[in-house]
Amino acid sequence: MKWAYSDEVAEHFFRPKNVLFEDESLFPHNARGMSGNVICGDQMLMLLHIADDIIEDIRWKTYGCASAIASTSVLSEMVKGMDIFAAAKITPAQIAARLGGLPAHKKHCSVMGDEALLDAINNYLAAAGRELLKKVKKSTPGSCAERSTVVTHGVKPGVAKGKNGSKTGR
Amino acid sequence: MTKRVYLDNAATTPMLGVVKNTMVKMMEEFGNASSLHFEGRRAQAVVEKARAQVAALIGAQPQEIIFTSGGTEANNLLVGTFWGQRYVTSAIEHPSIHEPVMYSSGKGKRAHFLPVDSGGIVDIDALRDALVFRPGVVSVMLANNEIGVVQNLNQIADLAHPAKARVHTDATQAVGKIPVNVDALGVDYLTLSAHKIGGPQGVGALYVREKSLLKPLLRGGSQELNRRAGTYNTAAIAGFGAAAVAALKTVDGFRDKVQPLTDKLKKGIVKNISNVVVNGDQKNCLPHILNVSFAGAEGESIMLALDEVGIAVSTGSACATGDIRPSRVLTAINADPELAHSSIRFSLGANTTAHDIDFVLTELPLIIERLRQMSTLKMRHSS
Ligand SMILES: Cc1ncc(COP(=O)(O)O)c(C=O)c1O
Repeated sequence: MKWAYSDEVAEHFFRPKNVLFEDESLFPHNARGMSGNVICGDQMLMLLHIADDIIEDIRWKTYGCASAIASTSVLSEMVKGMDIFAAAKITPAQIAARLGGLPAHKKHCSVMGDEALLDAINNYLAAAGRELLKKVKKSTPGSCAERSTVVTHGVKPGVAKGKNGSKTGR
Repeated sequence: MTKRVYLDNAATTPMLGVVKNTMVKMMEEFGNASSLHFEGRRAQAVVEKARAQVAALIGAQPQEIIFTSGGTEANNLLVGTFWGQRYVTSAIEHPSIHEPVMYSSGKGKRAHFLPVDSGGIVDIDALRDALVFRPGVVSVMLANNEIGVVQNLNQIADLAHPAKARVHTDATQAVGKIPVNVDALGVDYLTLSAHKIGGPQGVGALYVREKSLLKPLLRGGSQELNRRAGTYNTAAIAGFGAAAVAALKTVDGFRDKVQPLTDKLKKGIVKNISNVVVNGDQKNCLPHILNVSFAGAEGESIMLALDEVGIAVSTGSACATGDIRPSRVLTAINADPELAHSSIRFSLGANTTAHDIDFVLTELPLIIERLRQMSTLKMRHSS
């Protein structure tokens, strides 16, 4: 029977690539970035080992749904060996395409690995005193990404942005 | 396919054999219950028999039962009946009450949503306050579909009636699981649905106490005494009747049969997995629903990983539905959205075995552990 998502999502969800199961201190890295927030149900951490502006190695962690895990996983495969400027240009649409497509409602919230990646790259550039890369605006109106602090630099994303919950209260 | 352990009986139940046989028979002996000839009368007899069977299950009179296309339509029919009046409902209703109430009350302007405590029990003082506004109807679900918490409808009705409000309860999840009697509850309207009690999907009923107001939602036919137009879904109604007969026989023994298994599951989870929160008042709960949050592991991921090893459950995580907000019910009882995103609902059935529970208790800890290890939230919830 067909699975809830594409075969590619299944592959990356059940057998995630470059995922870090251990504590992040166990992976030597010189760039760290995060995106998403737990209120929306998705949060990603990217750890990069960059040498001469090339992403030599990468590990990630994700709290999130199957497509969030899969999209971070596939992105990690895409950028390994890439130079940081090329990597920073990868769009959510490209990630989704590599996953064989995602349901529309999943694109907003779960494909945020690119933002964690950009955050990591910018942290790396900032540490070297170099000019930062700009975030290409891409969040969809009404999406969780738009409503909350997504990309932060060096610190954990702001979580408490008011209660996002019940519209029932009166 | 590998053996499946189905723990999503609150979503739908497997159809009983007797239901299937009854439906097949009706499909063979066709007829339009509104026709006066032999075939029509034959179908009508089937519908009326089922009406009496469904009525008996909830202690009602047959003429107080209106067949609908399910719980959703019954709830919409109820809400539509009180169009233009004020509504009082709870913060944890099923969307098929919540959304129609929002729609009919100027986006909630003429509605009161009673808050619940951390266990999910409706705030009775808030009901008292709301009744001052002279609502037309108070609609509070008997048992909640996500956390299984059971409300004291009797107390609610006793308060609402002197204030001239009518009382409705959505008993979709409670029927067949705990004794449900319209007079004991003191309600004027009650919703039930066939597919939660071993009947077919796409049929349900609204109980309407004699002489109570009802405004049709579907017009254009004289069926159900002009209260619900449309040719009868005779086979499904027959199946609903058969399911009601079966439920009436088994309801008294359901708790004794299923509660020990639910308790076994709960104890096993709490013992073997750290950082879990059991959601909902455990003293006022349906015997077969267990809702647990696994901090640091996201619900849809847990659900899909369980599915892969053969276990069917559901989740209150937003990610499973594409909404950005997690379950409204869990948000109402627990301010922490992370725990709502991390929630799993197990709902057992009459066929669940101790073996099934053992299997879940072997697989689940591994799945949670793995998701937590790859989770960004591990630092806060390390085990
Ligand atoms: C509490 C409650 N009310 C109403 C419904 C809707 O019933 P149906 O699926 O028959 O439309 C459900 C089932 O999903 C439910 O759990």
